[in-house]
Amino acid sequence: MDPRSNGRRRFLRGALLATGGALLTTRLAFAGSGGDARLIVIIMRGAVDGLAMVPPYADPDYVRLRGSLAIAAPGASDGALRLDSLFGLHPQLAFLHESFAAGELTVFHAAATAYRDRSHFDGQDVLESGVPVPHASQTGWLNRALAAQPHATAGSAERGVALGSNVPLMMRGPAAVASWSPTKLADLDADTLQRIADLYAHDPLLGQRLGAAQTADSMAGTDSSGMMGGGNNRYEELIHATAGFLANEAGPRVAVFDTTGWDTHANEGGARGQLGNRFGALDAALRSLKTQLGATWRNTAILAVTEFGRTAAVNGTGGSDHGTATAALLLGGAVRGGRVISDWPGLSAATLYQQRDLAPTLDLRAVFKGALVEHMGVPSSALETVFPDSGSVRPLRDLFRA
Amino acid sequence: MRDAAIATNRFGLGARPGELAACAADPRGWLEAQLQGPPPLIADPALQSTATLVATIEQVRAQNRLLRAGGTAADGGQSGKALLDAVVKLGSIYRPAYVGEVTARLRQAATTDRPFLERLTQFWSNHFAVSVDKAIILGVAGSYEREAIRPHVLGSFQDLLLAVERHPAMLLYLDNFRSVGPDSMLAERAQERAGKALGINENLAREILELHTLGVGTGYTQADVTSFAKVITGWSIGARGQGLRAGGVAGEFFFRPAIHEPGGQTVLGRRYGQEGLAQGEAVLGDLAHSPATARHIATQLSRHFIADEPPPQSVERLAQAFSRSGGDLPTVYRALIAEEAAWSQPLGKFKTPNDYVISAWRALDLPIGEPRQVPPVFANLGQRVWSPNSPAGWPDRSADWDGASALMQRLRWADELGQRLGASVNAVQLAPQILGATLSEATRVALTRAASAAQALTLLLASPEFMRR
Repeated sequence: MDPRSNGRRRFLRGALLATGGALLTTRLAFAGSGGDARLIVIIMRGAVDGLAMVPPYADPDYVRLRGSLAIAAPGASDGALRLDSLFGLHPQLAFLHESFAAGELTVFHAAATAYRDRSHFDGQDVLESGVPVPHASQTGWLNRALAAQPHATAGSAERGVALGSNVPLMMRGPAAVASWSPTKLADLDADTLQRIADLYAHDPLLGQRLGAAQTADSMAGTDSSGMMGGGNNRYEELIHATAGFLANEAGPRVAVFDTTGWDTHANEGGARGQLGNRFGALDAALRSLKTQLGATWRNTAILAVTEFGRTAAVNGTGGSDHGTATAALLLGGAVRGGRVISDWPGLSAATLYQQRDLAPTLDLRAVFKGALVEHMGVPSSALETVFPDSGSVRPLRDLFRA
Repeated sequence: MRDAAIATNRFGLGARPGELAACAADPRGWLEAQLQGPPPLIADPALQSTATLVATIEQVRAQNRLLRAGGTAADGGQSGKALLDAVVKLGSIYRPAYVGEVTARLRQAATTDRPFLERLTQFWSNHFAVSVDKAIILGVAGSYEREAIRPHVLGSFQDLLLAVERHPAMLLYLDNFRSVGPDSMLAERAQERAGKALGINENLAREILELHTLGVGTGYTQADVTSFAKVITGWSIGARGQGLRAGGVAGEFFFRPAIHEPGGQTVLGRRYGQEGLAQGEAVLGDLAHSPATARHIATQLSRHFIADEPPPQSVERLAQAFSRSGGDLPTVYRALIAEEAAWSQPLGKFKTPNDYVISAWRALDLPIGEPRQVPPVFANLGQRVWSPNSPAGWPDRSADWDGASALMQRLRWADELGQRLGASVNAVQLAPQILGATLSEATRVALTRAASAAQALTLLLASPEFMRR
């Protein structure tokens, strides 16, 4: 076994064990402090390639498995942005890298929900419901957590807001939540457009028209793919609205929104390309979010999570297929960051899950529970309601600044 | 199985879940059964009649004139300003009426179990188009469809034609309400008193010949148009008050003998010596039974239900059904159902934005929601309800609707629906229920491979099959 992964293991254990009296006191103090904490959950739908977002550049099997998708080691041209001696960030994630250096970003790797199959719909359902079995619950863990917050009964204003044209399952449930959607019809994301283009491949009329529309948009500077070429107009209105809601003292404390286009089965690209462009757009959106939140950033934590990861090896079309474990991000002024938390399983044939996917070693619910208890002041006693059948999954501690 | 998809999507307004199964045993019989019984009317007490709205507008206009006159006379003082401020903007009357009507029309289209009949209603409403380009039509386009079109879609073409040409919305839209016979009593009096020459407005007469009945280039001359315009002088709208404008029931059709051109007229070689209103009714009756009209209507119907360029034999058979039955519309519809060409090319028609929106509403059983938000859905996709830019109505060929930016707008709306509803809709299961045998393997696979439930629904609505009917 790689000595470095032993090191990670020790670190994770350390984090779990560091649940001493001091931390407990801090947590209680926070819970009673009036609930200034803000939490934003970004659902990255489509299964983000964690090995691209947070490349384990020093893993001995990484370059071999990834082929054209591999990100070079830090220092090389278009190389990963170094996090530590094993992990880096995708080169398009410059703001996240700055945040890591500033101690405001924690990266989780080899993380997964309790779901072990490979259907997007079911995987997202488990991610959002907080229940291990797909389609077993009509309510989401984030909403149930809101309902369990000590402040839930204080005042009638909604404490949660869903941004975008729907209220995701994660935010549905007993607690009243606000919702906001863009007024004008938004542009489609690049992935959906690509799939529509594929559907039109044998339809000369529609294929031609779609191509013409995209050409026209790019000439007009309003790239309809939204997330291509560094443009992030799809996010702009969303970020502005999110910041508007959360920076408002009387407004909601928890926000959730979707990002899409992560299902990179073909032409995923390495440092540059489709996925890189999407990372770039997300990174720019997060930078903009920090700016727009102003002083509220100090109390903010942002969780960016996806339903599962992708195959460790590149596939036959320059992409990756549905996998298992992936990476997750915890960002914000409230985060005690600058760390990669991972019990790294390695990418050797023997350690891959079902000989193909990054194996899960961290249950995402541990991250969620940690954020809810430590950051949002949700009582530990409520966790079994928020995440049923998860008694063995202990909250990660010490994720936030005192 | 394919016939069921054609019956529901091409003849109907897009399948609702369960509809394909319901008509699968006998798709043609399912369509014919919809022709039985009186046509469904929209009975919404919140909707105003044309007469009420037009009468209200007349009153408000008169009031506004007094307020303006008073305000101007008061010469800028506080009281003058108060008078001018009290002037009522007519748009504040038109707009709520329009929103209510568009909403009622969508509700009917989205929920009806006689969608073939509803498509026919919309076909005729467009054939006899009025447009909100003219301000007052914003207030009465919906009531026009309810009053002049809807009750007559299962009657004879002649009755439909008469109802349309007598309707105040049409008389307002194509200006006939103020068309004055040059030798009429009123014109002579105006000439004597003020040296003012009043005359005909041939707008409606020309469009009846060109668009409503015979069709362009079928041999009528300018002289025919002029004579016909004289024939229908006096076809006007009742108004309260006194003097020459008064008479009849305010806001309802009213024949004004005082502006009707006296004497006989020759139209298309036939002499019409009738007096008054009967003269116009006689011309319209002949036009309704003209072979040119039969051919024109047959062409329009074939283009709508068969193909952009329908087979000439189909048009011919429909024209014969029209002529032989004396313009009995159900007979023509049955001939259309029997026309094999209508069943041979699945997905042969590109949906208009109106088709697209309604079919999505039906497929997803969408709620109507906030009425104010209904009209913008159609407008955003490029077909604001009742707003064709000419009395010819909306065009009916693919090329009129399949532009690149129009397609992109449609996709954006599809994506908006996908994101809003995807979590509660299983697009993989829904697809065969609304597309039936027209669902392609490529689309089916794309739906199962979608990155999210939301994306799957977007792809279903974006699919080539759902773009067409």
